Amino acid sequence: MITLDNVSKLFGSFEAIQSISLHITSGEIHGIIGASGTGKSTLLRLMNVIEHPDAGDVIIAGKTLNHLKGKQIRHIRQSLGMIFQGYHLVGNKTVFDNVVVPLELAKTPKKDRRERVMESLRFIGLETLKDHYPGQLSGGQKQRVAIARAIVNQPQVLLCDEPTSSLDPNTTAEVLEVLQRINQKFGVTIVIVSHEMEVIESICERVTVLADGQVYDELEIKPTGIHKMEHSAEGFVKRLTSGGDINDA
Amino acid sequence: MMPDILVKYQTEIWVSIGETFIMVGFSILAALCIGLPVGTFLFLCRKGQLLEDQLIFSSLNLIVNIIRSFPFLLLVIFLIPFTRFIIGTAIGTAAATVPMTVIAIAHYSRLVEQSLLDVPKGVMEAAVSMGASVKDIIIKFLFVEARSALILSMTTSTISFISYSTIMGVVGGGGIGDFAIRYGYQQFRTDLMIYIIIIMVIFVQLIQYAGITLARKLDKR
Repeated sequence: MITLDNVSKLFGSFEAIQSISLHITSGEIHGIIGASGTGKSTLLRLMNVIEHPDAGDVIIAGKTLNHLKGKQIRHIRQSLGMIFQGYHLVGNKTVFDNVVVPLELAKTPKKDRRERVMESLRFIGLETLKDHYPGQLSGGQKQRVAIARAIVNQPQVLLCDEPTSSLDPNTTAEVLEVLQRINQKFGVTIVIVSHEMEVIESICERVTVLADGQVYDELEIKPTGIHKMEHSAEGFVKRLTSGGDINDA
Repeated sequence: MMPDILVKYQTEIWVSIGETFIMVGFSILAALCIGLPVGTFLFLCRKGQLLEDQLIFSSLNLIVNIIRSFPFLLLVIFLIPFTRFIIGTAIGTAAATVPMTVIAIAHYSRLVEQSLLDVPKGVMEAAVSMGASVKDIIIKFLFVEARSALILSMTTSTISFISYSTIMGVVGGGGIGDFAIRYGYQQFRTDLMIYIIIIMVIFVQLIQYAGITLARKLDKR
């Protein structure tokens, strides 16, 4: 579904992502974990080409995104949902008007929009709040509205950038449950960036561990725990979850 | 009960108010039709923004700064040849609208740029991730999120335009400010000048009140 082939990204002379190759299969929930500043969010932004790679290819559903231009790239982005730590809802639009935007951008027929929005809002359990403004909602509700906005266009891929980092444990569990349902019901491939190992463990099937802009390890998470872990990565994850320094691993 | 002096000059006062309305009205129109796009473009060309272009930004920024740096009276005189070219004459209310629109565009475009800077960057990022075009981002995100600030900026600009319009007497533009100078100050009718000042203060208060009320009503953040 998603393939990164030797992708690199520079910010000035700083190499944020260094020749990363990664393959995420269709329908998978894939985690990307690492300490702050290791390039997790940059890697996610490379997947929908919000950041253009300086080298390598980003391939989604057989299309090399970094070779596309203008309208083509915008069209592809319309099939890739994205949610953020800060929700990024438009404060002056109601919940309904926020969620309908991707349908307007995709030029979905007007007669279908209302039903599609209400379907999304029902899915996340917020249809009664459709006329509220984001400022009237809690953090968890805002994130669920952001999820409704991200899935209303029936995307193939949902990119999640630290989706639970601003939320308390209960709300985090609610948001993760919604993401899991999206994956199971619609078969959407989900990529979650997080620095919280509990979040990754509770929802992901595979995890890419990043350190200093490189893939440090790839782990497989099974009900019995984390597998395919190298000794060094085990130390790394322990340090990460206990708040230690990544470079100590 | 209207003071006698206002009754005596009410025809001239209404004509002057009409001239002010024409000058300020054209200024508002120019600010909306040209200042708003110019300010938006200035914002989008800034470093780190969607259409980042240092050369265009610097050039446009310099032009806006130069126009805004001009003492307005000197700008009016400096633009006389241009006004004559556009209107055919440099005298009268129609001619006065030319320098008024020039300053209105520069003034409002700067305020638009500042207003858009307050839109959270994340909203723009979300828009880009949804596949929005630049036009979509401006209309569906930027202007929606910044609408209260844009209205308050227009309120501030309108009040400045009224102030600028008082100078237009130098090119025969007329207006309520010019009336206060010619009939009140130059004919030693201080009471008439004070009444006109009171009328202008009431105008400004009403505009400010309307602007704040509308901005508050539209701000749902």
